[in-house]
Amino acid sequence: MAERVGFFTDTTVCIGCKACEVACKEWNDVPDDGFVFRATSYDNTGALGASTWRHVAFVEQDGRWLMSSDVCKHCTHAACLDVCPTGALFRTEFDTVVVQPDVCNGCGYCVPACPYGVIDRRQDDGRAWKCTLCYDRLRGGMEPACAKACPTKSIQFGPLDELRQRAEERVERLHAEGTTEARLYGADPDNGVGGTGAFFLLLDEPETYGLPPDPVVTTRDLPAMWRWAGGAALALAAGVAVSFLRRA
Amino acid sequence: MPRRRDEMVPDAEFRSYYGQPVIKQPLWHEPHMPAYLYLGGLSGAAGAMAAAARLTGRDRLELAARMAAFAGAGVGTVFLVAELGRPMRFLNMLRVFKLTSPMSVGSWTLAAHSGLTGVAAGSAVTGLLPLAGDAASVASGLSGMAMATYTAVLLADTAVPAWHEGMRELPFLFAGSALASAGAAVMLTTPRALAGPARTAAAAGAMAEIVAGGLLEHRLGLVGEPYRTGRAGRLMRASRVLTLGGGLLATVARRSRALTALSAMAITAGALCTRFGVLEAGRASARDPKYTVVPQRDRLDAGRPASVPGR
Repeated sequence: MAERVGFFTDTTVCIGCKACEVACKEWNDVPDDGFVFRATSYDNTGALGASTWRHVAFVEQDGRWLMSSDVCKHCTHAACLDVCPTGALFRTEFDTVVVQPDVCNGCGYCVPACPYGVIDRRQDDGRAWKCTLCYDRLRGGMEPACAKACPTKSIQFGPLDELRQRAEERVERLHAEGTTEARLYGADPDNGVGGTGAFFLLLDEPETYGLPPDPVVTTRDLPAMWRWAGGAALALAAGVAVSFLRRA
Repeated sequence: MPRRRDEMVPDAEFRSYYGQPVIKQPLWHEPHMPAYLYLGGLSGAAGAMAAAARLTGRDRLELAARMAAFAGAGVGTVFLVAELGRPMRFLNMLRVFKLTSPMSVGSWTLAAHSGLTGVAAGSAVTGLLPLAGDAASVASGLSGMAMATYTAVLLADTAVPAWHEGMRELPFLFAGSALASAGAAVMLTTPRALAGPARTAAAAGAMAEIVAGGLLEHRLGLVGEPYRTGRAGRLMRASRVLTLGGGLLATVARRSRALTALSAMAITAGALCTRFGVLEAGRASARDPKYTVVPQRDRLDAGRPASVPGR
């Protein structure tokens, strides 16, 4: 197994150029899914989805303009992968999470399982799609297309341990310079998804960028769910038994 | 200011990205998905009833239960396959077995249950292999218990707030609804003098469905709101009225064919409203970022961030 790799997206230096969105579309042959003027911001892709694997969020605030390029988090405990019934979703040798399009049967279970709303099904194609962290490029020894295209190094690719250390140092420097609102999002291996392979340096609460503030992998509670269902199954059996104990 | 998470507090304050959803809505369609939930539940509970009828020597009632169990599984499977983005690949469901995926567990359960109810029904119709038919009928009682309840885990094992937080109540709601549905179908297809257990099952299931539905709507705090408001709220209220009426009628349905039919139809309509209502509540809770953000923000503000112990 190769070293775990990921993305560190430092939103403080994002300039909202969307080069990552374009590079991703081109390299991965992701189809056009429309350019919509949303009348809220400079965002014209809206959200991550089956055909938007990098999404640049724009938040205009008093005195500043927040931009952030969102992407699949490649969770340590990935709900999409856990719930996939066909094995189409798998964990690669780089510890990333990838869909095999030749296996996916479009059951759609991964879609509501993702706590970040990343993965989605393509209408015309019927299968689930999301960021592969450029699995093909990684296997060829190259960095993902979005990181390669990013002109400001807002998107940094590398071994996850190294990225986490670099990010800690960046936050310390920003705090020392007076940007006390800088915080890391997803870097903590003890969070509800066991830490994410793609994490972020944000300047405001995660929900401001459309990110869940405290996501949790739904399958954490699966043993309890099976127990409750087992109890209900026994109650059903008891109900049937009582109904049939009568003499008529 | 601490936020109380009950219906007395109207709108919790929270921030979002232009009011957009954080998670994706379940993309399962109507009527496919709720129809499958109903039919799968009916088939499962009918399997349990067939097994009980076999063990207590009620041949005529067992015949009706076997046929209901087989029909529910058969038609339900068609809805399930049609729901896939790539229906031709439905056999990929049996490519692996994963305990972490309720849909994988459910696919294998459905395969086993369909096979058993198919053998039981086939034997009953043709008169061939009566011993195998009886054995399959009894075994379908076990697969049926799983069939009637796994779908609750299927929904709860998502990031959809109204479903995930309903992990305790949903299995009992679905089990009760399944028992009521199967009781209704079997009492409708069994001579009245022999359908006593089916009427009891229908009434008991209806009561369980009403109690579990009430708990689901009122014990979840903020994320229970989607079960009480909008289209989902209307469906859940309709379900309660129909199920209560049908369940009460079932207790007197022995008196006439018309009462039996009325009771069975009301229970069936109530069970369908329940399944459509639960799907709609899930969609509504995913659509509004409030239900995702507020509980998570409360957790952080209380200093109790989520973690995954033991993994």
